[in-house]
Amino acid sequence: MNKKGLFKYKNFSVLSLIFLTACIENAPMDSLSPAGPYARQIDELFWLTFWIAVGVFFLVMGVLVFSVFYFRDMPGKPEPKQIHGNNVLELMWTIIPVLILAAIAVPTVRTIFDLAKEPEDALKIEVIGHQWWFEYKYPEYGITTANVMVIPEDTPVRLEMWSNDVLHNYWVPKLNGKRYLVPGQKTYLNLHADGADEFWAQCGEYCGLSHSKMRGRVLSLTQEDFEKWINNEKLNAEKDLPESSLAAEGQQVYLNAGCTQCHVINGVWDIQGDRIAPNLTHFANRNVFAGAALKNNKENLTKWLANPPEIKPGTFMPNLELTEKEIEALIAYLGTLK
Amino acid sequence: MTKIIEPAKRTNIFRRPSSEYGFWSWVTTVDHKKIGIMYGYAAFFFLLIGGLEALVLRIQLAQPDNSFLSAAEYNAMFTMHGTTMVFLAIMPISAAFFNYLLPLQIGARDVAFPRLNALSFWLWVAGGLFLYSTFIFGTAGAPEGGYLAEEVGWLGNAPNGGWFGYQPNAGFKYSPGTAMDYWALGLQILGISSLVSAFNFIVTIINMRTKGMRFMRMPVFTWMTFAVAFLLAFSLPIIAIALFYVTFDRQFGTTFFLVEGGGDPVLWQHLFWLFGHPEVYILILPAFGIVSEILPTFSRKPLFGYAAIVFAGFGIAFIGFGVWAHHMFASAISPVAQAGFGLSTMVIAVPTGVKIFNWLGTIWGGKLNLKTPMLFALGFIGMFVIGGLSGVTHSIVPADTQQTDTYYIVAHFHYVLFGGAMFGIFGGLYYWFPKVWGRMYNETLGQIHFWTMMIGFNLTFGPMHWLGLQGQVRRTWVYAEETNLGFWNLIVSIGAFIIALSILIFMANWIYSRRKGEKAPFDPWDARTIEWTIPSPTPVWNFSKAPEVKALDDFWHAKYDEDEEGRAVRRDTADALLLQLEEEGLNPEEEIELPNPSYFPIILASGLPFFGYAVIYKSIPLALIGAVLLLVGSFGWAIEPLEEEFTTKEEEE
Repeated sequence: MNKKGLFKYKNFSVLSLIFLTACIENAPMDSLSPAGPYARQIDELFWLTFWIAVGVFFLVMGVLVFSVFYFRDMPGKPEPKQIHGNNVLELMWTIIPVLILAAIAVPTVRTIFDLAKEPEDALKIEVIGHQWWFEYKYPEYGITTANVMVIPEDTPVRLEMWSNDVLHNYWVPKLNGKRYLVPGQKTYLNLHADGADEFWAQCGEYCGLSHSKMRGRVLSLTQEDFEKWINNEKLNAEKDLPESSLAAEGQQVYLNAGCTQCHVINGVWDIQGDRIAPNLTHFANRNVFAGAALKNNKENLTKWLANPPEIKPGTFMPNLELTEKEIEALIAYLGTLK
Repeated sequence: MTKIIEPAKRTNIFRRPSSEYGFWSWVTTVDHKKIGIMYGYAAFFFLLIGGLEALVLRIQLAQPDNSFLSAAEYNAMFTMHGTTMVFLAIMPISAAFFNYLLPLQIGARDVAFPRLNALSFWLWVAGGLFLYSTFIFGTAGAPEGGYLAEEVGWLGNAPNGGWFGYQPNAGFKYSPGTAMDYWALGLQILGISSLVSAFNFIVTIINMRTKGMRFMRMPVFTWMTFAVAFLLAFSLPIIAIALFYVTFDRQFGTTFFLVEGGGDPVLWQHLFWLFGHPEVYILILPAFGIVSEILPTFSRKPLFGYAAIVFAGFGIAFIGFGVWAHHMFASAISPVAQAGFGLSTMVIAVPTGVKIFNWLGTIWGGKLNLKTPMLFALGFIGMFVIGGLSGVTHSIVPADTQQTDTYYIVAHFHYVLFGGAMFGIFGGLYYWFPKVWGRMYNETLGQIHFWTMMIGFNLTFGPMHWLGLQGQVRRTWVYAEETNLGFWNLIVSIGAFIIALSILIFMANWIYSRRKGEKAPFDPWDARTIEWTIPSPTPVWNFSKAPEVKALDDFWHAKYDEDEEGRAVRRDTADALLLQLEEEGLNPEEEIELPNPSYFPIILASGLPFFGYAVIYKSIPLALIGAVLLLVGSFGWAIEPLEEEFTTKEEEE
């Protein structure tokens, strides 16, 4: 499709919306700033429809407003002619909309099938929905991570998705539309980022108490960085930490306070099978945690570990009544998980 | 000397009630007008509650990361807001119009089954109260194994799975407690109520039309009632079955929607929207009908393309059953299904467009009298067009995958259901106010109401389009400050309070005009249809003798002729006709037999909530109470004689 010629008016449309954007800058979830070919395809289709809709809108509103002013009752106005209808007009305003819709239908159907096609040489990532966080697995590399999905730039990515509990809906507005995660069934979505950047993701479908905090990040890296990341992710965490360091104390808290019930750290506490909480092996490399609702920093971790349900109501992570000292140690330990 | 009328003998469980005024006259009434008025007031009460819930939601969302409500409270509030507005506000307000106007528009004395009509109303009341009793008795909480930092609180102990109740989130595992059971069983009772009235209206329209009222002479509002009745009759059984599945899953361990047991959560989506999309037309078609009455009257022109509007209405109703999966474009459906439902959704835009163009054709060249009802009707066209056009963008499946589950959708359907349905309803409330109460509403306050509502409405729902495109998802308790959505959310919240203000103005007007409004003539708008040939307020007997209809817009043609140019000319006989109608309307020549009031509809209806409680609390005694009420109600109903035998004796004072 000729993106430049056919959809030139898009530039105009962007300009005309500047007055609207005046108050919103850098909305990270903006579905109108596509950053990859899939999202761009959708964007073009949206603007095509949008401008046709604007045309119809002004036509109808024009007639409406004109009528209100021109035909309003005024003293001395004669009684109107009693017109009951007009078959030619009826036919016209049936057929013309049909033609317009047919014109939109063609690119719509084509795009539907385009978007559904599995891209060649795509990186495969499995996305698993949990209340209330996204888990990512890279079957080719044997990697499991959470909240932050890392992808190589300018490479198609094929997501194979399902849910572990209720319906979720995976959405990275700048890269593609939404797709549900359904328990017991697989769904697919393609992503493709033009360049190295960070994108926001969010669960679209209402999935219970903390739905609004089920967020995510997609980090697209240069090929080189991506490979580095892969190689690092494959490594296990260090089991033997320098004795009497704060981090070593933190590791003991992790092992003894109950965290291991749900959280795996490869090389320290391995269990086969799916756990209901994020794998923490490379926790310190992720810039967000708790379903990407919080930035990964000491202040937020302190708040979170002190009382998780306070931040994410309904969460499966209980308040373990950790002491301030234990929390501090745990944070130090989590900081070593690079 | 006073005439005392008393029953000769008791022929039933109760004496047939005979009060014409006061409390019992309302409880036992089978008069379609009284039932219509009760529907109206009760629905307006729930509209206010639903509105308050919306205001609470908007306070929470006025700022990013706000903590005015807890997550549990927020989720309960948006669930109850949606459920209330759909099932307890717009549907019953439409039912109020159907009840009051339908018999008047077709020249009938009442609906076909007056007691059944009362049953519909009381079932609806029973369902509404049962649903809302969740705030007293219901419980909600974290999913199995999850933790909460604080108690849910009374505001949060309400259904919280969304008005769409997606499974398995609304199932027992992820929505423990009884609140979602109240939701499922409450909707079940409300569904029975609507189903009963649907059949009542269908039979009434087919059988009770007065002499000469052929189908193609019926007012458009009656036509739309007809279409809605069929929609109800065909769509409600689907949700009834789906809700039974939910109740069985939650209460009796079945697994219709649970993957663990071989069920399928997507099945619920299909069943829900197979009901849910026709439901959208159930909500909007009555407004189409109302507007099609108001526009010709205030333009002093016949409705442009009457047949086209009628058939378009039925076209919409019919195609409305073939578009449900457009609510699921992002869900687990194949590209072929996406394409198919995308196309069918585009197709439904065509008859909708036909209606809009015909309305424009109606006002074009007219002599527009911009009274409040007309303002609302014109506002309806404008707002509905916006909602319709944003609807077309949803048929563009790829674009919809960006917009679905965002505030863009919230904006879209509020433009359709508020800017559309509610504007139409307000127009209708002002239009028929004189007929119902015999007094005129206050025009100045009406105009102020319109403009504040128009401004508030657009301020509230206009920016939501933008918020959705900027990535604000629906049903979101909080949004992060970094999303930069705070500014427009604040504007939206301010708009919501302006709407609230406009509602207060409306209520002030209503209360004032009911008591102090000018006395209304029986045909204040120089109207076209036969409900305006009878006195205001409508006498108990409606028409003192069955009218005979000779044309579409019969009343107008009795008053007006056309000259060679086709312009309306008032007939010389018009004034005499009006005087005669007024005289006749108040003084029927022969004695009129009206359907007798009955206790049984309310007794029967009151049994159902007990069954609901019995299922939730697995209580045999409660089920027995329900069964007794149901049996007494239906048995007494069955043996109740149509007429009580009365004797009249005269007595000295």
